[in-house]
Amino acid sequence: MSGLEREGDSDSRAGTRRAEGADGDRGRIGMWLFICTEILLFGGLFLLYSVYRYKNQADFRAASLDLSRFDGALNTLVLITSSLTAALAVHELRAGRTARTRLFIGATLLLALTFLTVKGFEWAAKFEHGLYPSAPHLLTLPPGQILYFGLYFTMTGLHAIHVIVGMGVFGYVLRSISKGRVGPGRPILMENATLFWHLVDVIWIFLFPLFYLIS
Amino acid sequence: MSDATLQPGEGRRPAPEPGYRSYLLVYAALACLTGLTVVSASLNLGRIAIAIVLAIAGTKAVLVLLYFMHLRYERRLLVKILMPIVVATLAIFIGLTYTDILFR
Amino acid sequence: MGDTVHEAESPFFAPQGGKSGILYWLTSTNHKRIGMLYLSLIGAFFATAVVLGVLMRIQMLSPGMRLMDARGYNTLFTLHGIIMVFLVVIPGVPTIFGNFALPMLIGANDMAFPRLNLFSWYLFLTGAVLAAVSVFTNGGAPDTGWTFYVPFSLKTSVNVPLATFAVFVLGMSSILTGINIVTTVHQLRAPGMRFFKMPLSVWGLYSTAWVQILATPIVGITMLLIVVERLFGIGVFDPTKGGDPLLYQHLFWIYSHPAVYIMILPAMGIISDLFPVFSRKNIFGYKMIAFSSLAIASVGSLVWGHHMYVSGQSDTADIVFSLLTFLVAVPSAIKVFNWIATMYKGSIRLEPPFLFALTFVFLFSIGGLSGLFLGALSANVQLHDTYFVVAHFHYIIFGGMGFGMFAALHYWYPKMTGRMYSKATAVLGWLVTFVGFNVFYFPFFVMGWEGMPRRYYAYLPKFAHLQFLSSIGAYVMVAGLALLVGNLLYCARRGEKAPANPWGGATLEWTLPSPAPYENWEEPPDVTRGPYDYSGMEDER
Repeated sequence: MSGLEREGDSDSRAGTRRAEGADGDRGRIGMWLFICTEILLFGGLFLLYSVYRYKNQADFRAASLDLSRFDGALNTLVLITSSLTAALAVHELRAGRTARTRLFIGATLLLALTFLTVKGFEWAAKFEHGLYPSAPHLLTLPPGQILYFGLYFTMTGLHAIHVIVGMGVFGYVLRSISKGRVGPGRPILMENATLFWHLVDVIWIFLFPLFYLIS
Repeated sequence: MSDATLQPGEGRRPAPEPGYRSYLLVYAALACLTGLTVVSASLNLGRIAIAIVLAIAGTKAVLVLLYFMHLRYERRLLVKILMPIVVATLAIFIGLTYTDILFR
Repeated sequence: MGDTVHEAESPFFAPQGGKSGILYWLTSTNHKRIGMLYLSLIGAFFATAVVLGVLMRIQMLSPGMRLMDARGYNTLFTLHGIIMVFLVVIPGVPTIFGNFALPMLIGANDMAFPRLNLFSWYLFLTGAVLAAVSVFTNGGAPDTGWTFYVPFSLKTSVNVPLATFAVFVLGMSSILTGINIVTTVHQLRAPGMRFFKMPLSVWGLYSTAWVQILATPIVGITMLLIVVERLFGIGVFDPTKGGDPLLYQHLFWIYSHPAVYIMILPAMGIISDLFPVFSRKNIFGYKMIAFSSLAIASVGSLVWGHHMYVSGQSDTADIVFSLLTFLVAVPSAIKVFNWIATMYKGSIRLEPPFLFALTFVFLFSIGGLSGLFLGALSANVQLHDTYFVVAHFHYIIFGGMGFGMFAALHYWYPKMTGRMYSKATAVLGWLVTFVGFNVFYFPFFVMGWEGMPRRYYAYLPKFAHLQFLSSIGAYVMVAGLALLVGNLLYCARRGEKAPANPWGGATLEWTLPSPAPYENWEEPPDVTRGPYDYSGMEDER
């Protein structure tokens, strides 16, 4: 088969044909490279956090008392558990048990929703106490505390956006599984979605102690 | 529709990965480390507190990377060196910035 | 149906499978088509930014000229900078020639992620549209300089948020291109194409891709922070809230310095391909040039503080960054020496691509050497924010990367169009551009040394003669550019048909017909000869 008769949008199938055996590698490599860029994206924020905490140690400590360690620890456990369910989902998919895969994806989504809900309550509490960026009350506090909350909302906000995106991707994967586009023979989309999800978990693993556990 | 010669799963050697046991063990470790870090924060450890907290966070991250994200079983050298590259890059960016911050 | 069999061999720009026209151009994932899509956009953006530059040079014709007021001039150089930096020079070589040539250079049929590739182009287009929209909405175009320094960018009433968000989107496009290039180089090389058998242009693109991946996210977050700061006042760059404006500069330059290596490394790589072809001799020091690309990419990511010597950064940081800046000159020098050495005892043909390559070396060297002045702490105090800096980067970016782009265009033109341009016109255009360029920019070194500040819309009478001379040089240069571009455009349909290998190159793309076919190879090509091994090849002169 010369493979020259192609239809539809398979324009560059020829480009992929030769590297078929390594096709799974290709998607995974691309995903890992993308993950690197996400880490560096947050890295810029960690740089700012690092400098401002160094220069305002007492203020950061004082401001962190306004956060609930319980909520933070709870959310940490929620995300870690969701990481587990996501990893198990991949495991089940490779084993060919797509029903269980969907169950685990569902569990991951539920846990993600829980995370966002807790976060929502936390943010609401901050708004109530006048601790949001440019709030009149916040502006009366020392600069270190203003920066702390500025960074808190920016970093947990950007993180929450990634949680939402991750949920969306898993939703898409669920649909793709039912349509047969993702399955034991074609797991790459699911695996990449899960890699992204673990990244979201890892970022929170650092956010939690940096914002909630300043002693 | 799809090209008949295109078999997306064909030729892919199944990559080794952790079993249920490993996943659950890692999960337990992560939960314990979370507890540990919360407890350590309520102790008054002074200057080394930040180092402890980062060390624990780093350990958790490494566990997630190695086991949940399968880096422990990764074949491709390119993928294995990515995290060290990223960490080194960030360390350099932050470190060189500190040559300014620390000495102003 | 019989036609279908040959479609893969027909030119990449011809209709395929019944699809044709604009809609096909906009939906095809073929790497050569996408390369041309980028070329069209980038060409248009380049022309726009040149016009802005010409307006600036009209304003500077005489000390009393008031084509616009100060605010208008600020807007002009901001737009000129944003368009040139983010829409032309950073994407330029990787997206046009990375896409068009890279798969052919390594014996592949396309990039690793063809659909992602097309998506990158749409992101690029989106960023450009957003930037254009920002010019006409919410207070109009930014007047902050392309560097968006705080606190001014936080306070000025123009449409900074949309412009910076546009930069963010463009950054995403750049990142995806980088991911595509790294994966392609690792995964899609033809059998036998080991890393050290790749053409050096691939090494250039590869090193660049790493910088795109590792540095661009930083400018991404920095631009987002500007938007967030303006919208919500989080305070990270606001001194009244404890923020440090200098941290903005750190974050900005952590990307924007490596960005200049994104600009130059692929161009240098292409030049490294051209010297062997037109000296008909193997490149001198292949491995050193390959490693120097990696060295420039890595060491070049350590020097950003040299933009901030006089901004209030610590003396320690000044010294550290100055030292590192001097170090990064070394790998560039290695390339220059190796290129020249390649010519020694070679059989030299002064074809248009090589003329551009030679002047690349000359102009880049001048620009690079002027960088040493700027990198020296003591001299920097006098030279910072003067025309000397402007001369430096125009010599490097335009004299370097710009001439490199023209070299690449004149080199791969037969592969892109199947035709040859008028060589006489190309040489004339080259000469006029080269002369105009130097008359334009060399006086900038002198004026800068004598204290002419950059980004000023008027100046002291003592600069009048040189400013006038400069402006004349600019117009001559633009005339040269028009000649060059006109030649290429005109001959795209009407030039003489070109053979498969008009230059006698030994890299894989020259084994394909001109113009390049839709599908490069049915079977992966045999990689027997090295990229600069001309033994046994007919000399087609």
